[in-house]
Amino acid sequence: MQAFEYASPTTLKEALSLLGERWGEVDVLAGGTDLLSLMKDYVHTPKRVVNIKGIAELGGIRRTPAGLRIGATVTLDELLASPVVRTEYPSLWTAADGVRSPQIRNMGTVGGDLCQRPRCWYFRLGYGLLAQKDGTSLVVNGENKYHAIFGGGPAYFVSASSLGPALVALGAKVRLASASGARELSVEEFFVIPKSDAEREIALRPNEILTEILVPPATGVRNATYEVRHKEALDWPLATASVTLRMKGATVESARVVMGHVAPIPWVAREAERLLAGKTITEEVAEQAGKAAVAGARPLSQNGYKVRLAQVAVKRALLAAARGKA
Amino acid sequence: MSEPNYRWPARDKRRVMGTRVNRIDGPAKVSGRGKYGSDINQPGMLFAALLTCPHAHARVRSVDIKEAQALKGVTAVEVMSGPGTVIQWAGTEVAAVAALTEEIARDAVRRIKVDYEVLSHAVKEEDLKAAGGRSKPAGEVLVGDPDDAFKKADVISEGEYGIPVLQHCCLEPHGQVVMWKGDTIEYWPSTQNVSGIGGDLAQSLSIPAANVHVRQDHVGGGFGSKFSADRWGVVAAKLSKASGGRPVKLFLDRRTELEIAGSRPSGFARIRLGARKDGTIIAWESQSWGTSGPGGGGVAATQLPYVFVNIPNKRVNHTGVITHTGPARAWRAPNHPQASFLTCCAIEDLAAKLNLDPLEVFDRNFQYTARPEVYRAQLRKAAELSEWEKLWHPRGQAGPGPVKRGLGIGVATWGGLGHASDCRTTIHPDGSVEVELGSQDLGTGTRTVIAMVAAETLGLSVGQIQVKIGDNRYPPSGGSGGSTTVGGVAVSTRKSTMNALQKLLEAVAPALGVSADQLEAVDGRIQVRGNPAKSLTWKAACQKLGVKPIVEMGRNDPKNPMGMISQGVGGIQIADVSVDVETGVVKLNRLVAVQDCGLIINPKTAESQVYGACIMSICGALFEERIMCQQTGRFLNADMEFYKLAGIDDIGEIIVHLDITPEHDARGVIGLGEPPVVPGIAAIANAVANAIGVRVPRVPLTPDRVLAALEGRRA
Ligand SMILES: Cc1cc2nc3c(=O)[nH]c(=O)nc-3n(C[C@H](O)[C@H](O)[C@H](O)COP(=O)(O)OP(=O)(O)OC[C@H]3O[C@@H](n4cnc5c(N)ncnc54)[C@H](O)[C@@H]3O)c2cc1C
Repeated sequence: MQAFEYASPTTLKEALSLLGERWGEVDVLAGGTDLLSLMKDYVHTPKRVVNIKGIAELGGIRRTPAGLRIGATVTLDELLASPVVRTEYPSLWTAADGVRSPQIRNMGTVGGDLCQRPRCWYFRLGYGLLAQKDGTSLVVNGENKYHAIFGGGPAYFVSASSLGPALVALGAKVRLASASGARELSVEEFFVIPKSDAEREIALRPNEILTEILVPPATGVRNATYEVRHKEALDWPLATASVTLRMKGATVESARVVMGHVAPIPWVAREAERLLAGKTITEEVAEQAGKAAVAGARPLSQNGYKVRLAQVAVKRALLAAARGKA
Repeated sequence: MSEPNYRWPARDKRRVMGTRVNRIDGPAKVSGRGKYGSDINQPGMLFAALLTCPHAHARVRSVDIKEAQALKGVTAVEVMSGPGTVIQWAGTEVAAVAALTEEIARDAVRRIKVDYEVLSHAVKEEDLKAAGGRSKPAGEVLVGDPDDAFKKADVISEGEYGIPVLQHCCLEPHGQVVMWKGDTIEYWPSTQNVSGIGGDLAQSLSIPAANVHVRQDHVGGGFGSKFSADRWGVVAAKLSKASGGRPVKLFLDRRTELEIAGSRPSGFARIRLGARKDGTIIAWESQSWGTSGPGGGGVAATQLPYVFVNIPNKRVNHTGVITHTGPARAWRAPNHPQASFLTCCAIEDLAAKLNLDPLEVFDRNFQYTARPEVYRAQLRKAAELSEWEKLWHPRGQAGPGPVKRGLGIGVATWGGLGHASDCRTTIHPDGSVEVELGSQDLGTGTRTVIAMVAAETLGLSVGQIQVKIGDNRYPPSGGSGGSTTVGGVAVSTRKSTMNALQKLLEAVAPALGVSADQLEAVDGRIQVRGNPAKSLTWKAACQKLGVKPIVEMGRNDPKNPMGMISQGVGGIQIADVSVDVETGVVKLNRLVAVQDCGLIINPKTAESQVYGACIMSICGALFEERIMCQQTGRFLNADMEFYKLAGIDDIGEIIVHLDITPEHDARGVIGLGEPPVVPGIAAIANAVANAIGVRVPRVPLTPDRVLAALEGRRA
């Protein structure tokens, strides 16, 4: 780890004043479960680290008329302990529970989960976000069984966040603060596919802090997440699906279907969403929606199986949501 | 007096041996009071870090250490791979730095400039055809007339199977603290070889072995990879010397640990079996291959067929494949898990082809093993414990629904003869007892077993024995490999404590008015045989020694086992799995392990050996593999994230059955560390085939491979 300057401000204003104008200068530290690994591997070599856990206003889960407000430094454990999240947003709850390490859930924050860097092994070995060597993709010609089946090229990593797809499906927004003010983005817009190594996979700017997440009320919707995982302990899902169904009686008025760990961003399955509108969820409809969701997949040499997994995840998430209460 | 009768007491006479005793070092370990090598901190200690090579194959042109040396806080820099060195695997140590803090050492390492001539590399061996000139055929083993036998066979079953390279992945990485001051070296390694490792270090440094003092209380896993001082031990000593004799701590980081500190050879094979309709195998043919890294290697031709060694007609070929990857080290039961997997998969595929119950086919072919009746009895027991009759179904007939259940079988064999071991027992006049051996406790319960044997012999309780191991100033005891420790230390402890007791009885005899041979030690007393009324308490008896303690030795000589130890165990495991055929995810429901053994000193730690071994097999069957990238030459998952290991929720139920009968007991003590790790992968792979109706040819049984097999593709 490269030596760095450490700051632990107690107000957002102060924290914002400590940020840099370019990526690479300053890193925000929340739970540190990702940042420390990045620094130890010299993938990040910040000159300054700004700890935001001491900023009280970034914590806490609160119900507001506009929905649920989740502070950026709320830990995954705190999120799981929230009765509102558990009963009204099972989709988000399941995604957080899918971080299969008690230690990481205890330290890792919701903001950190959204801002964490990809786990692509080439990226972590120092080959850059696009994982290229001499201008060609190491992923395409190499070991890609955990890589993207959607949205690939030139980036092939998968978005690591499991909360991302659930929040996109729930129509959530993030609030980003900088010294010159704050802006709101939908979580969907927050995730972006980088075109060069110099870009980031999120719309956050180097001088911004993600301060809170706003999830609209869950009235009249059913939601669920299904994760396909190789292993129960300390492992990443191979593919997930988060769905939110706006119901009219037993029929789906509108649906959001978002797949996780299959693309550089949470991948919205528009075909499946269209197909579900006006339908009652049955085994068959769910199956069709799963197929529609993966119709556009473009797998690499070793990850064709993920197409199947994403399809099953969508089907099972829909069936789980349909079984749940609105 | 004649030599005492060292033989183990009769089963019904044992008071301590055979009871379930908790590990005596358990509280020290769980409370953190017990110190591992990596916990050792010495006054004035320096930290060292390694610069490793990022290329799989390269020639070092130059190494410039000036900037590293100039960094404030750096005390010494050593070049380990100087100009001209050809590097054969990524992760090879190029230089090492000692500094006041770990951070400075790591910063300094990054200031070393190495110029490499990068050479072409090859890091894969799964595809034998692609290996070309890297193949090293080992020569054919031919027995009987396989061609004729295949012609006569009613059925021929063929299959291809593979098990990748996997790592030791010791929780405590390799490394040491070492202090080379003046002529002597104080050395705190993480090792399986307390008595031997000092000599190894001394040889590399050209100093007398007598000058190296080794200490180690606890070791966080070795599995066969921690016997020698290694390049990092040697360089740490040199850094210490170059830093004026200050102690130096050098432990490998996780990536380096996985890249260079041990791997298990891969084993792939195409196997053809010729058999009669009833499942009796009459011909075996195999072409196997694998890699141990730069040496080629893999499963030896003589290791196939495994266990069923007496199949009458065989043609066995093996090819080692050279790769630019970290070299293999002995891995808990070297090559046995691979050989068991290859053999048992071929046999279950034969059974499926013949539409026979594998129980029947294994049973029939046990005639080709060294101990048919043992295996038959074990198979019956394992079938009973796994509810085979109720749960087994012909391959692929698991019924409706996406989750399919299946059962499968694996078999094992192992040696386990106790190694050479010396023990010294001291009985002090105040009654305290020390038992000293230059042995080590790998977490297997060695300390506890030593205490139990001593307590049994001296008529004391376990808590009255002070076991002292983990120091090479104690009498030498073998390294812990090959499941040889328990037999070795049990016998040397028995003999030494008995010799000491003999001396005590002689000293006490006059006071009790009988000759020494009429005395015995029971329940904390020395008494006239069978007459508790004529006795002295242990303490009172020891007071008769005056001021001089008794010090007596005892030795285990594997060439003269005296009926106290032996070797040769079989084992059978049956796995019960559920497979989600929509996702390819495999869940272990249950693993039944029936383990042949000898005299069991501590059933509790013996069982826990088997539990641990089963967990390792589950990891190997479902999760573990080294993933090499041909483009970069790098080991991509050299971490504990994508180098996957089972957690509690991934393990399922493990049922351990140790064969403890008078016949087993009469064989004496036999090691148990390795045999139970052998059959599990085969059993799990066979269970998956049974569940889903097709063979998944390669482990680990990951969703991609399972789905590919279901869809008739190759993953
Ligand atoms: C073995 C393992 C398994 C895991 N499995 C999963 C999984 O299945 N699903 C999943 O989603 N995650 C998983 N994780 C990741 C884990 O959830 C994240 O590491 C954690 O949520 C990150 O939160 P943190 O607070 O520790 O972030 P930090 O490590 O502190 O920060 C991570 C990154 O986000 C930035 N950052 C953090 N907070 C903010 C903020 N408020 N504003 C701006 N930037 C910020 C930091 O600068 C840094 O770049 C796993 C991690 C491990 C190690």
